Amino acid sequence: MAEILSLHDAVKRFVNDGDTVALEGFTHLIPTAAGHEIIRQGKKGLTLVRMTPDLIYDQLIGAGCARKLIFSWGGNPGVGSLHRLRDAVEKQWPHALEIEEHSHADLANAYVAGASGLPFAVLRAYAGSDLPKVNPLIKSVTCPFTGEVLAAVPSVRPDVTVIHAQKADRQGNVLLWGILGVQKEAALAARRCIVTVEEIVDNLDAPMNACVLPTWALSAVCHVPGGAHPSYAHGYTERDNRFYQAWDPIARDRETFTAWINEYIHGCADFSEFQARLAAASEAK
Amino acid sequence: MTYTTNEMMTVAAARRLKNGSVCFVGIGLPSKAANLARLTSSPDVVLIYESGPIGAKPSVLPLSIGDGELAETADTVVPTAEIFRYWLQGGRIDVGFLGAAQVDRFGNINTTVVGDYHQPKVRLPGAGGAPEIAGSAKSVLIILKQSARSFVDKLDFITSVGHGEGGDSRKRLGLPGAGPVGIITDLCIMEPEAGTNEFVVTALHPGVTREQVVAATGWAIRFADSVAVTAEPTEVELTALRDLEARTAAAHGQAPGEA
Repeated sequence: MAEILSLHDAVKRFVNDGDTVALEGFTHLIPTAAGHEIIRQGKKGLTLVRMTPDLIYDQLIGAGCARKLIFSWGGNPGVGSLHRLRDAVEKQWPHALEIEEHSHADLANAYVAGASGLPFAVLRAYAGSDLPKVNPLIKSVTCPFTGEVLAAVPSVRPDVTVIHAQKADRQGNVLLWGILGVQKEAALAARRCIVTVEEIVDNLDAPMNACVLPTWALSAVCHVPGGAHPSYAHGYTERDNRFYQAWDPIARDRETFTAWINEYIHGCADFSEFQARLAAASEAK
Repeated sequence: MTYTTNEMMTVAAARRLKNGSVCFVGIGLPSKAANLARLTSSPDVVLIYESGPIGAKPSVLPLSIGDGELAETADTVVPTAEIFRYWLQGGRIDVGFLGAAQVDRFGNINTTVVGDYHQPKVRLPGAGGAPEIAGSAKSVLIILKQSARSFVDKLDFITSVGHGEGGDSRKRLGLPGAGPVGIITDLCIMEPEAGTNEFVVTALHPGVTREQVVAATGWAIRFADSVAVTAEPTEVELTALRDLEARTAAAHGQAPGEA
């Protein structure tokens, strides 16, 4: 059964130094507030898994929380580079970051395999690509029925997955909709799962076949309205495209980045204080 | 109507998308061209985005691969794993429409690094969905602006395979799709030569010279025996493209990224 907890308490209890952590959400429903809380609590040595590292992992990497990154596309969507990721890879700042690189199809299949309790995923991939040359975990397997050689990749089984969703009920059952990405698979592949939600309601009113994660498959549910910002929650908030653009000059430079982290994450008690500070700063402009 | 070379590129790419075809769309230039096709010559083209929307009909261009309007206008939205498993690997994609940072003469694509992988000069975003789109779509179209830095003699990294080492390379690799059938740039259209599968120029955009193309290509580019001249953008095409870009800018407060 999921407990309804504050995000502070959920991260404190369920995210440990050295864990493999997946904060998923494919452009939509990115659990930014949880990323901030992990930075605020100074978690260290994390192996971060995410198909699209996005701003959330740029922040975690730049803040020194990560030892390793497992990913398949590392850019600032529609804007350009993730400068903190690049600085860590190219110049080892704030420290060296090991990278393990895949394709989207590979990681999506690896989450399915993880949720299915399998040790590896099989897919038709990578023939002719150089990725297997730089990622020794991409191997091949021969189909015992047809003889076809297929790619084999280890399943993703995080210690803890964090996702953001639209709604939970008071028992901790979670409903999400819109672009689902790999959230369901990531949640079910993990040993522990934290879900931040826009609202907690008496009754989910989930349509039949809707994407519902039952409370007994989750560890904690936290009420964090707007917790996906600058990503969005379909039906609740809009994507803050301007923040994605504004992030580029902030992250480009180590000093401006560190000042931003100090003011907006360490300088705020929680995500709602962060939101208030961000709103005040944008009004002042 | 006067037009820019970028507009010519987008229009020429849009014309390649047959009405009714099922197209797996990359973000940026492919998405712009695919939506222009849907708004002009190919109203029944089915656009699939890797985030999950199938049959997306956005009124403005998405800034990200997971914009809400893609989901709202789609026939259905499925999980990302399903997109890659059932729809792409399952053999249901007619055209994979890709951008690139660099291509070579066989239509292989690099979106990973410039320089050594472990000591990169430039770290690019990486693979995304492209390797499997390039492998499994029945055919592939590539769109990117042409320069000697982007059309290179030898790729530092092959992220997504085109015709490999040329000839029957794809067949030997066991790839199900036919691979890239066209590269559309702001200068010309290239297509694979029968037999070698090396890309040669088959059409020049109006006003573009062979010398310009040679100067903007990092390998000794060859020209087909008969080189056509691309038809200029029509008023209908240009108006549709400009309206789409104006709606996009108004909706997002910025132009869509072309990365």
